[in-house]
Amino acid sequence: MASLPSGDPAPLDGLLPANAVVDSDARTFHAYLHIPFCRVRCGYCDFNTYTASELRGVTQNSFLDNLSNEISFSRAAIENSGLPEREFSSVFFGGGTPTQLEAKQLAAVLQQLKEEFGVIAGAEVTTEANPDNVDEDYFENLSAAGFNRVSIGMQSAVPEVLAKLDRTHNPENVEKAVRAAKNNGLQTSVDLIYGTPGESIADWKFSVQTALSLGVDHISAYSLIVEPGTKLAQQIKNGKVAEPDEDEQAEKYELADELFQEAGFNWYEVSNWSTGESTRSAHNLAYWRSNDWWGYGPGAHSHIGGTRWWNVKHPASYAEKLAAGNSPALAREVLSEQTRLTERILLEIRIADGLAIEVVKRLNPDAAKFISGFIADGLIDAKSAISGRILLTQRGRLLADSLVRDLLG
Amino acid sequence: MSPRAKTRLEPAKTNPDLIRNFCIIAHIDHGKSTLADRMLQLTGVVDDRSMRAQYLDRMDIERERGITIKSQAVRMPWEVAGQTYALNMIDTPGHVDFTYEVSRSLAACEGAVLLVDAAQGIEAQTLANLYLAMENDLEIIPVLNKIDLPAAQPEKYAEELANLIGGNPEDCLRVSGKTGVGVDALLDKIVATIPNPVGDPNAPARAMIFDSVYDSYRGVVTYVRMIDGSLAPRERIQMMSTKAVHELLEIGVSSPEPEPTKGLGVGEVGYLITGVKDVRQSKVGDTVTNAQKPATDALKGYKDPLPMVYSGIYPIDGSDYPNLREALDKLKLSDAALAYEPETSVALGFGFRCGFLGLLHLEIVTERLEREFGLDLIATAPSVVYEVTMDDGKEITVTNPSEFPTGKVKTVLEPIVKATILAPKDYVGVIMELCQGRRGVMIDMQYLGEDRVQLRYTLPLAEIVFDFFDQLKSKTQGYASLDYEEAGLAQGDLVKVDLLLQGEQVDAFSAIVHKDKAYAYGVMITGKLRELIPRQQFEVPIQAAIGSRIIARESIRAMRKDVLAKCYGGDISRKRKLLEKQKEGKKRMKMVGRVEVPQEAFIAALSTDGEKKGEKKGK
Repeated sequence: MASLPSGDPAPLDGLLPANAVVDSDARTFHAYLHIPFCRVRCGYCDFNTYTASELRGVTQNSFLDNLSNEISFSRAAIENSGLPEREFSSVFFGGGTPTQLEAKQLAAVLQQLKEEFGVIAGAEVTTEANPDNVDEDYFENLSAAGFNRVSIGMQSAVPEVLAKLDRTHNPENVEKAVRAAKNNGLQTSVDLIYGTPGESIADWKFSVQTALSLGVDHISAYSLIVEPGTKLAQQIKNGKVAEPDEDEQAEKYELADELFQEAGFNWYEVSNWSTGESTRSAHNLAYWRSNDWWGYGPGAHSHIGGTRWWNVKHPASYAEKLAAGNSPALAREVLSEQTRLTERILLEIRIADGLAIEVVKRLNPDAAKFISGFIADGLIDAKSAISGRILLTQRGRLLADSLVRDLLG
Repeated sequence: MSPRAKTRLEPAKTNPDLIRNFCIIAHIDHGKSTLADRMLQLTGVVDDRSMRAQYLDRMDIERERGITIKSQAVRMPWEVAGQTYALNMIDTPGHVDFTYEVSRSLAACEGAVLLVDAAQGIEAQTLANLYLAMENDLEIIPVLNKIDLPAAQPEKYAEELANLIGGNPEDCLRVSGKTGVGVDALLDKIVATIPNPVGDPNAPARAMIFDSVYDSYRGVVTYVRMIDGSLAPRERIQMMSTKAVHELLEIGVSSPEPEPTKGLGVGEVGYLITGVKDVRQSKVGDTVTNAQKPATDALKGYKDPLPMVYSGIYPIDGSDYPNLREALDKLKLSDAALAYEPETSVALGFGFRCGFLGLLHLEIVTERLEREFGLDLIATAPSVVYEVTMDDGKEITVTNPSEFPTGKVKTVLEPIVKATILAPKDYVGVIMELCQGRRGVMIDMQYLGEDRVQLRYTLPLAEIVFDFFDQLKSKTQGYASLDYEEAGLAQGDLVKVDLLLQGEQVDAFSAIVHKDKAYAYGVMITGKLRELIPRQQFEVPIQAAIGSRIIARESIRAMRKDVLAKCYGGDISRKRKLLEKQKEGKKRMKMVGRVEVPQEAFIAALSTDGEKKGEKKGK
């Protein structure tokens, strides 16, 4: 399972340092809720999630109590840190599998957020969903409770690929789920994964076309990352499975990007495409724009005004911390100005609004020579660069990390 | 067994009859340092508690690699039949790069302990040093070490030693430096068989420098062996080669920590401190005399160390150039054999052309520069010195392949060595193949015992400076040993092969190779670089050329994907730290034009065995 970063000790009272308050009015505030349950663990997954047998006695009900405690805790911590009252600009339930919970349970959590903080009218409220455990009723209940968006874990339309990923859902259920969501007025997104060992270019093309045929308004396409400690990493190490080939991954990205464009989808972040500005994920963009968010639940990450922290991973430890009235944070990082700039560069370069060159120059006065090279190599858009922003081309998006390393100097 | 000496003989007043000066000749790994440690413990000069493993090897690098670079001398008391003797053990460097230093250490002794691993037998390098010792008329005491090992075959190797130096196999002592068995008997035998030093106490002082070491607190510490006369504190002394005069601030013996004395007399071994800060003022082999009453004749055998191998050393970060200069200046204080002068490379910027005694010396220097001075360096592939004569009669000395003239070359002379290789007879075939592949010419081959063979070859030095030793070791499963000595210059049919990245010549990759091998070399190096240079944001063509003629080409395809798909659950810290780590890795890259070339590529590209880059030589 993915290890958490190392950081400084986090205060038990969850209070934020004084500089977190600076300019907080200029930043939007978001909520992420981590639901750490899955029916089975997928072979590629290193997310913080648990099957029933791994939970050391934590039940779904007791977990929901803990989550509720953290919401109350967060309200006090934010108030006591001198931060202004802000309503949430988006709410996102992720996991794990949030839809392992009943719709009314998710609705109750949302209700508490509304009561304690408020949610801006019309704000994006999303849950991730496993196509196997949702239906018309489920979405009807979500919609009634204020949810307006659902992100469905499709991954692939090819049964062999899904099997390799240990995904158990029936591909046909994806279509049903999307239809049910749309019938209930929800915006819809599907997640795809490319580069699964054994997946051919044709397989991938079929998945992309299938996703496009569903009539969703948003698609995320992620290359498979072999995370250390996963079953997949072990299989590759033992030579049982071939390592994903980066060149082929690039080819698949290019193929998808072209198919998406033909279908009227535009990229707005390296791995995300939407039918228009209104269907971009506001929650996703908040991460890339360094806005403020509180991540609730075990292993969740939060960021407020240059302080990042992350909660203890196991639901049982999470429960203990909250039961004692303490912050569930494992550690935190108070970022220096330099580090905040570094992060802005590595995050904002990924979005279609682009990265202001002025931001790069504040950190690295020598950046100009790289920028001219990027233009020459077709990695960034020349016109945007001349008007002061770095906007990645398709090739540039595929090499974003290498560009960032150059820019950081 | 003799007891520990109850009293010690006072330096400066010791009767030469009671002095024994000896060294230990051994192959690396045959346990010289461990044996020396055991002697220090047994004679009581180092108490058991403060005993560090390999006490005499002071530098970190020495201890890590288990080899001796700088020799030391230790005075130890030992009692035989109620009489206390002063034993001076002179620790000699054990590597071919330091043959000259070895010869001076031997000249300071009357006897040598020939230490051989009882499980492995004698090695080429030991033979070479044994030869030097016998040339110096030293009394040889053959000793088999590591008799505690299950694989030890003392009978077999005692026979081999007896064949080599005469005498009976039974005369060969058997010891274990590890357990201490037999070490006391060895000390007794040193007293019994090694002649005492002889000199004229009333003659003008003559002391031979066999080592000099730079100490950052005390300046240069010079180790000497008194031949004639005596030296005392506060005297003014003169170095006979340079005529430089210094005041003797401190004189003493190592036991093994320095102990100031009232002087040194005939036959004694000790150290001098003059406050001089530069070891070049105190050259190994030079003669120290009294400035007021100088000796007329210097002791024989002095020569200036001559670099055999050159390499360009460059800071990865160009702004480190002044720091590199300062570091070299400091290293030079303790390493008289290191030569350097500024050099500019189109590819690598400002750096230094450095001359070394050999490859181990090169590695030790670069490692010390990186470790002790915190520099990130690139060392270019080592090369030798070529004497080039042009058609118009102009003569050029080339120490850097990129300076090899492009005009009409009449002749090229390159240094030649005589190499001695010892190995079990089963490997004769592969060794001959290797030597012939390196333009070697066999001098002779003889059997040393039933199954061991000595092969002698003349080889161009250029053919062995790089990875010959690694190849020899790997082709013989580690059984072969190598020694070599200079054997003058010979004409060679040589050409310069240049390397181009993106059409730009990279001078640091230029090499001088035999005409018949140029094509194969071009294919090898372009192929190697294709593997060693990571893919860039653009395609990078690699070409090898002789003059304007391209002889080989490869290309590194542009990198297509380098981006993380997502930051799971907003874990930005993890992503940032990953990028910061990758950025650190980037610092170890050198920008050649727009191409990022990893540091290791500059040497690894030329290694014929791609799997084993950076493998340490000299073992």
